[in-house]
Amino acid sequence: MSESGIRTEWWASENFWRKCAIFVTGFMALVLVLLTFHTLTVIEAGSEAGRVPAYAVINHRIGYVMDDDKRRMVPVIGPVAPLFGEELTEAEAMALVDHGKLTVQARNCMNCHTILGNGAYYAPDLTKAWLDPGWGNEDARELLMTMFLKDPPTNARTYGTGRRMPNQELTDDEVRAVIAYLKWMSAIDTNGFPSGFKPLPQGSLTPPAAAAPQSRAGASRALGTSPPLAQPRRPSTKSPPPLTSAAATGLSMRGAS
Amino acid sequence: MKIGKINYSELSTAQQLSVKYFTVAMVLFLAQLVFGLIAAWQFLAPDFLFGVLDFNVNRMVHINAMVVWMLYGFIGAIFWLVEDESGVPLVGVWIANATFYVLTVAVTIVVLVYLFVQSGPGDAWTLWLINEGREYIEAPRWADIGIVICMVAFFYNVAGTFVAGRWSGISGVLVLDLVALAGLYLAGMFYTTNLPMDQYWWWWVIHLWVEATWEVLVGCIMAWGLIKTLGARRRIVTTWLYVEVALMFGSGILGLGHHYFWIGTPEYWLGIGGFFSALEPVPLVAMVVHAVYDAGRHHFRSSNHPALAWLIAHAFGNFIGAGVFGFMQTLPQINLYTHGTQWSSSHGHLAFFGAYTTIIVAFIYLTIQRLRGDVWMSSDIQGGWRWKWSLALLHVGMVGMSMALLIAGYEQSFVERAMGGSTWQAYFEGQTQPWFIQAMWWRMVFGVIMTAGLVLLLVDFVKIGAGDTRPIQAVAASDAVEDAAQPAGAVAKAAGGG
Repeated sequence: MSESGIRTEWWASENFWRKCAIFVTGFMALVLVLLTFHTLTVIEAGSEAGRVPAYAVINHRIGYVMDDDKRRMVPVIGPVAPLFGEELTEAEAMALVDHGKLTVQARNCMNCHTILGNGAYYAPDLTKAWLDPGWGNEDARELLMTMFLKDPPTNARTYGTGRRMPNQELTDDEVRAVIAYLKWMSAIDTNGFPSGFKPLPQGSLTPPAAAAPQSRAGASRALGTSPPLAQPRRPSTKSPPPLTSAAATGLSMRGAS
Repeated sequence: MKIGKINYSELSTAQQLSVKYFTVAMVLFLAQLVFGLIAAWQFLAPDFLFGVLDFNVNRMVHINAMVVWMLYGFIGAIFWLVEDESGVPLVGVWIANATFYVLTVAVTIVVLVYLFVQSGPGDAWTLWLINEGREYIEAPRWADIGIVICMVAFFYNVAGTFVAGRWSGISGVLVLDLVALAGLYLAGMFYTTNLPMDQYWWWWVIHLWVEATWEVLVGCIMAWGLIKTLGARRRIVTTWLYVEVALMFGSGILGLGHHYFWIGTPEYWLGIGGFFSALEPVPLVAMVVHAVYDAGRHHFRSSNHPALAWLIAHAFGNFIGAGVFGFMQTLPQINLYTHGTQWSSSHGHLAFFGAYTTIIVAFIYLTIQRLRGDVWMSSDIQGGWRWKWSLALLHVGMVGMSMALLIAGYEQSFVERAMGGSTWQAYFEGQTQPWFIQAMWWRMVFGVIMTAGLVLLLVDFVKIGAGDTRPIQAVAASDAVEDAAQPAGAVAKAAGGG
């Protein structure tokens, strides 16, 4: 510990700090691994914790409301409101959401948009895209989202920035899948991010009395594989409208640039 | 060795590899700035190259070029010090050379595919062949596998050389850190439908690289650099390195939690992430103290002024860019409003530059000094205005950009997030505020200044030391207790035993 007669205190010695470095690194890595094991069980889709919903959540109306206990916003799973009018099993829903996520990655969406707040800052965050008031109301939403994704430059709402989304040449299947992915994403409990968000007007979030009893407080538990999600009613009442008919309806985007 | 001339053929193979890696790194650095400028201009003129080179392509090349050139820079720096630090020639020369060419060809193909194919259908093939669509690690899966193989080969070269020669505190930390760095990359090499799961592991790569293993890596490089440029005492430098490792991993590993606030992960990450990431600046303060102490202890008398200047710039840049700018938005109470705004972009720019660009540039100056036959690089360098002006322009440009983006981030946090409730309309209201638009203009102006600085820097790399006949200034340690037996006047060759 000493050189040329200069004594080094133990707390300033190389040996002490080497041991410190090894111990601290090992301990922190261990804690991270233990926390990771726990977190991975919590964020399993449809797990009991209810933070990440089962994929069949896209069969339901989804809300985003202030939780009075937590004093932050939480997603709420409402009554059955199937995407494109077609109820899906958990496996079908997962396949659809999976296709949507693959499409979002393949088209490199994250280098303009943010997803759960991560990505680039050239275009709006997609965390609550499904609930954005820009779609007007829930009756017009699926049609408007479809139209927009099929031809973004024409249907762009740039609010004066001039920034348009390039046409990603999405197929009809990819459009449906991306919308399903966005709907599922909007039901993830993100600890209140984004804060103060005002969703578009929707119908009641309270399920009919016959369905699973859900209060707002109990909603987070309902995100799991509770009966309403696991037992879709089949067959669906109607087949989804062909995408090409969207433009023919003459519905215009609210606040077009 | 002919002083003032190019002595490439007289360098060892490891040193020649450094020159190669640094050369590619600088080409990619220039590419990073060019694509950054295009992307910045698209904020101001959105129709520019619309449908040809869209923002997402430019931005992807911008950040990927950065990640890759910094990795090239680190590899170059490690090849530069490995023989000196181990005392023996590089092990596996053939493999090391092959790795360089394989890696460089792979990087070239990836970039060409980014530019000319850009995207693909929504299936697994696109992720395997074109792009994975995950920020920072977009490289397709085939390239991931190639990168891992190259990293294993590189690890064999480095660890094998230390095994064949001697170990030191610096090399021990370095080798263990490389294991962690390469291993973490695997966490980013899978696909899952579950978005929170995806982002959970994605941050293992991004955060545990940038805010943990990369920082420790540059700590090792810095330690060696201070011994070389100043003749700092190895025992003190090594002790400091251990202190930094303890503090860096002590705060940075769980500091990972600041990326787990809003991605669907449990609420306990708010507390853990907030607490530990708030401590992350502490090791960076230690690094500043360390560098300034050593420089002052040796009266700033160094064998390589540009390298020392960039090492000092690293110490401060790391602390301010990574430490202060990161701390500003790391607590969840503020991050709720700043997450995903230009605030993050401001921090990202200053942190990557301050922490990593600076130290790689410092190392390139050390390399060039040797390449020019151990030429004089202390006071009164011929054409010395070039390195000073390029340093100044790069810093003015970067600080200016970061400040402009910070102002844009403040504005975005208030207008879009706090007032507007983060709807798309609120987003665009934020983007059209005069303050935001002005900030985008200033970012563009400072980006051009920075690019001018880089061009001057590259010119200086070619010209510095050329034609000078003065030999390197000796920086024999001023401490009587110096423990390394360094032959006076040959600092660049000094092995510095532990």
